[in-house]
Amino acid sequence: MTATRTLTTAPAESRRTARSIAPERSAKAQRRWGKVFLYIALSLFGIIFLFPLVFMFVSSLKPDSQILQDIDSVAAFLPVGDISLDNYFGVFDRVPVAQFMFNSVLVTVLTVGLGLIVNSMAGFALSRLAWKGRIVVLAVIIATLIVPFETIAVPMVYWVAQLPTLVMEGGVLKYDFGWLNTYQVQIVPFIANAFSIFLFTQYFSTIPKSLDEAARIDGASWFTIYRRILVPLSGPAFATVAILTFLPAWNQYLWPLMVVQKEELRPVMVGVQYFFQLNTAWGEVMAYTSLITIPVLIVFLVFQRAFVSSIAASGVKG
Amino acid sequence: MTVTPPTVAAEEPRRAYRRFRSTKGRETWAGLGMIAPAGILLVLFLIIPVILAFALSFTNARLISPNPPRFVGMDNFLRAFTADPVFLQSVGNTAVFALVVVPVQAGLGLLLAVLVNRRMRGITAFRVIFFIPVVTSIVVVSILWKFMYQNDGLINSMIDAITFGAWQGADWLNDPNTALGAIIVMSIWQAVGFHMIIWLAGLQTIPEELYEAAKMDGASPWRQFTSVTWPGLRPTMVFVLVTITIAALGLFVQISVMTQGGPVNSTSTIVFHAVRKGYAQQEIGYAAAISLIFFIAVLVIALIQRRLTREKD
Repeated sequence: MTATRTLTTAPAESRRTARSIAPERSAKAQRRWGKVFLYIALSLFGIIFLFPLVFMFVSSLKPDSQILQDIDSVAAFLPVGDISLDNYFGVFDRVPVAQFMFNSVLVTVLTVGLGLIVNSMAGFALSRLAWKGRIVVLAVIIATLIVPFETIAVPMVYWVAQLPTLVMEGGVLKYDFGWLNTYQVQIVPFIANAFSIFLFTQYFSTIPKSLDEAARIDGASWFTIYRRILVPLSGPAFATVAILTFLPAWNQYLWPLMVVQKEELRPVMVGVQYFFQLNTAWGEVMAYTSLITIPVLIVFLVFQRAFVSSIAASGVKG
Repeated sequence: MTVTPPTVAAEEPRRAYRRFRSTKGRETWAGLGMIAPAGILLVLFLIIPVILAFALSFTNARLISPNPPRFVGMDNFLRAFTADPVFLQSVGNTAVFALVVVPVQAGLGLLLAVLVNRRMRGITAFRVIFFIPVVTSIVVVSILWKFMYQNDGLINSMIDAITFGAWQGADWLNDPNTALGAIIVMSIWQAVGFHMIIWLAGLQTIPEELYEAAKMDGASPWRQFTSVTWPGLRPTMVFVLVTITIAALGLFVQISVMTQGGPVNSTSTIVFHAVRKGYAQQEIGYAAAISLIFFIAVLVIALIQRRLTREKD
C-alpha cells in the first residue's frame, strides 16, 4: 500500500523539483517540523497516560515516609531512596492474596471459557439454522443489549438468594436454597452474554453456507458442522469475544461485593477493601494494586494486537 | 407431450417440499437445542431480573424480611421525586457528569485517534500507551487517583511545581466544590483510550482515494477533516456517543471506592444511590424503583441520541 503510493507520487515530485527547488525544500522542512511537533504532542499525551501508573509501581517499592518525602520532586516517579519489596511482603501478611488470585483466575477462566462455548452455539443457531421463532429470539437478544447491568444488580441479589443449589454436607449431596457466598454466583449469571451472541451471529453469517450443505450431504449433524467447520474457521470471532469478556470478568467489583461475604471466595478487586483502615498504609495499597494489575498488563502487552482489533471490531460491527 | 411436463413439474416440488419439511423439522430441533443453554441463562439472569425489577418497584420489599412484599403502587416513585432530596441531587450529579464526560471524552478520543492514524515509527507504542489505562481496572485506577488527590498528594505537588507556587490546589475529594470535577477528570483519563480505538477503526474505513482527491483539489488539512473525515465518521460517532453516554450514566465504582457519595452528597449518583438504598439499607423495592427510573432515562437518552445523529444524514 505505502510502496505503491510512493511509486505513483515519485514522478510528480521529481517534476515539481525540476521546476523549482526552493518550495519543495520548504515543504519537506515543513513536513519534518510537522513530524517533530506530532512526536512532541504524542509524548506529552504519553506522559499524561503513564504517570499515574509509574507512580503506583514506584511507590509500591517505597516505605510510606519515603513516598511522602519524594512527592514534591521527580523522585516520585523514580525508584530511588529506600527501595525494597517490604510492602509486598506486608500485603501477603495482611490478606490472603494467593486465595484472592486463585478465585479471580477461576472465575475469569470459567466465565470466559463457558461463555465462548454457550454463546458461539447460540450464534450458530441464530445465523445458520432455519427454525421457527429465530427472528423473534434474535430481536429479543438485540433488545436486551440496552439493559445496563447496574439496573438489574439489586433485584438480581434478591433473585439469586432464592435459587436452588447443591451442597456437599458430610459426604452427602444435599439440596439447598440461596446462591449467596458461592463460586457459581460469580460465574453462571455472566456466561450467556447478548453482545457475544450478537458478535458470533454476525461473524458466522459471513462464512459461506455452501460449506454446511456439503457437510450435510456427507451426513454430518448440525453439531458436527458447528464443531468441525465453523469453530475452526472463526478464530478472530473467538478471540474478540474472549478479550471483551476477559476484562469485565477480571474487573468484577459491584457484584461480588454484594453477593460474596466469605473471605475465601472473594476476588482480587474486592480485596482492596481490606486496606482502608484509620491509617491507610499507602505503600501496601500500591503494592496490592500493582499485584492485581500486573497480570492484566502482561496479558494485554502480549496480545496487544488482538486487543486493539477486538475493540475495533466491537465498535465497527456494533 | 404437452400434458406431461406440468405433472412432472408438480410432482417434483412436492417431493422436494416433503424433503424440505423433514430437514426443516430437524433443523428446528437442532436450532432450539443449540440456543437452549444461552437462552435459559439469559432468561434466568437477564429477563427474570428485569421483570423482577419492574415488579419489585411497586412493592415495599426488603432484602431480608420476615414479611412478604406488599404492593404499594406508585409510592416508591413518588418518594423518589418528592421526598428524597438525595435522589434528586444524585440525578443532578449524574447529569453533570454525563454532560461533561460525553463531549470531552469523545472529542479527546477523536483527537488522539487522528494523531495516531498514520504510519510512523513508534506509532504502535503510543497506541498501546494510550490504551493502558483502559485495561487497568477502574477499582485500581480509583484507589490510585484517590491517593494522588490527597491534600498533600501528587496532584497538588505537581500543580505547585507547574505554577511555581502561584496556585495551591485543593483538598480535591473532601471539598464538595471539587470532588465531582476530580472524579470527572480521572474518568476521562481512564476510558479515553477505548474510544480512541473505536474512532481509529472508523478512520481506517475512510478510503484513501478521498483524501488524495481532496489534496488534488488543494484542500487544507482542516478542510480535509471537515469535508472527508468527519462525514465518514458518522456511524462511528453514533456508536461512540451512545456507549459513552450509557457508561457515564452508570457511574458507580469510582464513587464507591473514592467518596461513598460524599462530601455532603456532592458525588452521589443514581446507581450509587440505588445500591446504597437497595443493598446497604436493604430497601429493595425502593432501589428497584430507582433502577427502573434510571433504565427509562438511559433508554430515552439513547433513543434521542440515535434520532438526532441520524436526522443529519
